[in-house]
Amino acid sequence: MAVTRHSDAVAPVRSSGPVSIWFTRHISMSIGALGRLFRQPFASLMIILVIAVTLAIPAALNLVVKNAQAVSAGWDNALDFSIYLERDVTESEAQGLARLIQQRADVESVRLITASEALADFKEQSGFGDALDSLSENPLPHTLVVRPSASNTSQSMILLQEELGNLPEAEFVQVDTEWVQRFHAILDIVRQAIVIGASLLGVAIVVIIGNTIRLDIQNRREEIEVTKLIGASNAFVRRPFLWSGFWYGLFGGGLAVALVQYGLYLLEEPAARLAGLYQSGVSVLALTLEESLVIVAVGVFLGLVGSWFAAARHMRRIEPR
Amino acid sequence: MMIQLEDVTKRFPGGQEALSGLTLSVGKGDMLFVTGHSGAGKSTLLRLIALIERPTSGQVIVDGHNTRRVKRRKIPAYRRQIGMVFQDHKLLYDRPVSDNVALPLVIAGVGHREAARRVRAALDQVGLLHKEKQNPETLSAGEQQRVGIARAIVTRPKLLIADEPTGNLDPDLSLEVMRIFRRFNEVGVTLLIASHDISLIDRMGCNRIELDDGKLVEHDPEEDLSWQ
Repeated sequence: MAVTRHSDAVAPVRSSGPVSIWFTRHISMSIGALGRLFRQPFASLMIILVIAVTLAIPAALNLVVKNAQAVSAGWDNALDFSIYLERDVTESEAQGLARLIQQRADVESVRLITASEALADFKEQSGFGDALDSLSENPLPHTLVVRPSASNTSQSMILLQEELGNLPEAEFVQVDTEWVQRFHAILDIVRQAIVIGASLLGVAIVVIIGNTIRLDIQNRREEIEVTKLIGASNAFVRRPFLWSGFWYGLFGGGLAVALVQYGLYLLEEPAARLAGLYQSGVSVLALTLEESLVIVAVGVFLGLVGSWFAAARHMRRIEPR
Repeated sequence: MMIQLEDVTKRFPGGQEALSGLTLSVGKGDMLFVTGHSGAGKSTLLRLIALIERPTSGQVIVDGHNTRRVKRRKIPAYRRQIGMVFQDHKLLYDRPVSDNVALPLVIAGVGHREAARRVRAALDQVGLLHKEKQNPETLSAGEQQRVGIARAIVTRPKLLIADEPTGNLDPDLSLEVMRIFRRFNEVGVTLLIASHDISLIDRMGCNRIELDDGKLVEHDPEEDLSWQ
């Protein structure tokens, strides 16, 4: 007994300054709010699920757009230029030109399709073989197929196209990027639509959480009255409800990330097969850690906003009678 | 003076007057009972002191604070200075006795260890230390009232107000509660207690004032003595 008393006396006084009290009080309140969530597991799960689905839909759509952009960014630079040379350019001149272009840093490879090769191809593919045989000379020019290097930006691609077109031997440079640009424009519109839709869904989450907290406040009306009667401020009474909103948002956001990742997991194999068909090395982009954290943070933020609105609105009306 | 009322009138929206021009004072360290039949204005008096209501006219001054000047936002801080005991206990039945008693300390932001120590001290004073882990629902009415008293005194207020604290209790339990109040009074707490149990008050030999129809009934001290 004497020993315990002695050790009590020398035990360092735990810091219980205002900050640490504030901190421990918040921790115990947050745990209390968590406990209430678990005491009604079914109702809580329903709300969390609704929040998760509402967050997961725009997140998943955004991911689809992100993947589409990643894939089409590959297309942009994989486009080949066809340089149709002047008719009077000989085959050896064409070969020399091909070697020259090959040396450019912004060009990956150059392939020469001679006029006779082109004609043979055309004969084979068009089915006009006999008719073409009757031609006295080959009407086709030599063609250089230029594959730009992958490091090109869309600006340097335009520059490359111009410079190749300015070569004296070149008659005509053909490249078709218009549909890629159109595709990008569509993706931009879709992305903006997702932002608008996500904002509306965010409002929906605020309303859902606000309504849940409102019911919670009504159920605990007596408790609120009593605590106010013995001197609790509005802020004090509001705090546990803000914590409830925080937990709803946190779990909803976490579940949303899990839902999206599970969806990706289901899509992984078909996407790999598709990528194989197109011989593209592009794999499906998952949510980055940063994006996942943003989703959870948005959930928490909306949870706090919803509960704050509900608490601010209904708390003031509950006064001790 | 701990409590001073100057010409206080409380009129309700319906028009009836709960208090009419009431003037009274309670000194520091006093233990005063307010009697009178129901509707005489006892509860209203206590509610004005607790700032649950504000007077229609007149001044209510508690421990130097004029309640008229206490802004709405400051009411919680004001109430924390006063211990309150209610006829229906107003305990929270979703948590154990100790958490009920600790509530005013949690609100006041007292640290965990200090709070635990003070809760045990308060429960000890009302003789319920052995029931701290129980749910208030499992306690008798008298015990529940004592938990309510422990909660009221755990912050060591200078003033304790009680509205019919023995209203639901049998005579033995009532006497027990009164004795607890008496002990607080002996260590300097000012008490203002509304009660209709005149025989008990007189048995305790305490001062009392009587309200009737919102006004003070003048008592002849000689007449008071004749009761004993």
